[in-house]
Amino acid sequence: MTDPEQRPETDRTSPLHQIHVDGGASFTDFAGWQMPVSYGSDLAEHHAVRTTAGIFDISHMAEILVDGPDAGAFLDYALAGRLSAIATAQAKYSLLLNPEGGIVDDLVVYRLADDTFFVVANAGNRYAVVAALAERVGTFDVLVSDLSDDYALIAVQGPDSREIAKAAAGITEVSVPLDELRYYWSTDALFEGLPLLIGRTGYTGEDGFEFYIQADAAARLWAALTDAGQAFGLVPAGLASRDTLRLEAGMPLYGHELGVDSFPVQAGLGRVVNLNKEGDFVGRAAVEAGPREGSHVLVGLTTEGKRAGRAGYSVVTVPGADSTLPEPVEGQAPTSVTVGTVTSGALSPTLGRPIAMAYVDPSALESGSQLYIDVRGTRIAASVVDLPFYKRDKK
Amino acid sequence: MTDQTSLKYTAEHEWVLVEGETATVGITAYAADKLGDVVYVDLPKAGAVVSGGAIVGEIESTKSVGELFAPLDGTIVESNADVDADPSLVNSDPFGAGWLIKVNFTALPTLLSFDEYSALIAE
Repeated sequence: MTDPEQRPETDRTSPLHQIHVDGGASFTDFAGWQMPVSYGSDLAEHHAVRTTAGIFDISHMAEILVDGPDAGAFLDYALAGRLSAIATAQAKYSLLLNPEGGIVDDLVVYRLADDTFFVVANAGNRYAVVAALAERVGTFDVLVSDLSDDYALIAVQGPDSREIAKAAAGITEVSVPLDELRYYWSTDALFEGLPLLIGRTGYTGEDGFEFYIQADAAARLWAALTDAGQAFGLVPAGLASRDTLRLEAGMPLYGHELGVDSFPVQAGLGRVVNLNKEGDFVGRAAVEAGPREGSHVLVGLTTEGKRAGRAGYSVVTVPGADSTLPEPVEGQAPTSVTVGTVTSGALSPTLGRPIAMAYVDPSALESGSQLYIDVRGTRIAASVVDLPFYKRDKK
Repeated sequence: MTDQTSLKYTAEHEWVLVEGETATVGITAYAADKLGDVVYVDLPKAGAVVSGGAIVGEIESTKSVGELFAPLDGTIVESNADVDADPSLVNSDPFGAGWLIKVNFTALPTLLSFDEYSALIAE
């Protein structure tokens, strides 16, 4: 095996790259991968996922197989959740922490069999996750295999995704009928006779399915899903719409809301860490001790108008100023105090108003002070709102 | 349809149409594609005095913010109210209905030709 440190990911392309080129996609670098950012209109792609369906290539994601008699116990030790408690075919969102309680990555773990788990990590954290898992094996009887290069991953998301998945030609032997497949469960199937894993999972806030397929069959699966989706208005969708969709759904993105400097509880992910499970796990002592007093916490913010707070913008308060005061005149402005930082923000395509997630000093939240986002020199009043910003109607 | 070969360009991806003492300014299709769907524009008001190279407006897409630079010294004659109402014009017709500002300029600086700009974005 090549030393991970010696393998920087640059200009990697997905097995579906040519399809995207032919489809007129524009590309962006994402963790060293050239991935579609949009196929023309990110707004149209966003709305399609909310109203009909979109198909995403997310083959940059990393797939890691954990296999062996101790697989469940090993993951209970290596990850923050109690993975041994999930049933075969069930999926679970989890975190890989470092000993200091910081987040190395957020993951989705599928249990494929009693002794076999499939760990899906972010592209940019592939080697960090593989290295951390390998290091934590110790005396556990388990094998950790990085299968990322063997797999492509296609997501079909949106209210019509189930009908599209059911109609796709070539998908057979579906163990659990898709009508009965529950959210965060998976089923095995075949595509043209090849193994296919279908999860009812996603990152858009809509119903949806994710298809794990061997890389050399991905283009044919994409075509089968696209053909089936034509009658429903399925459109190919890129990373730009994926980002606004997940933001509306209040889902964190590693590198924005999550990082090694943030504790799960700060990100609102305290529930993902299972402190009741038996035995030690990496990060347990640090999580039990908690982050230092006054650590910033993740909140949802909305603002009026159309100008969105963006990642990196400051969240400020203006001590002594009443929230009803007009915007202070330049030169007479009371000194503002920075109390936080925006981690993601956009004009919400679904809601029509700016939304943002931000880490904010809890004392500023408790005091009820009016918060503002400093949008390139203009203070825009922000309201703290519960996440998610958008929740689909469950039929 | 505007003849793109007759326009002047800046390295900041603006196009400039010179007619008498008035310059009409917009962003190029290349810039609009890079930005993604434009959802908000903040343009200078008529009467505002601008100087070449200064930031005079903003063009926001869902994913990022682009700055509008004044390509030349002068006074804003008009900003495009249609784009203000429907920012998607910047994507659908960047060289036409998606124009942004008209500037009554005092001096015409050296701008890029179509060929020079084409070479720039081909890099």
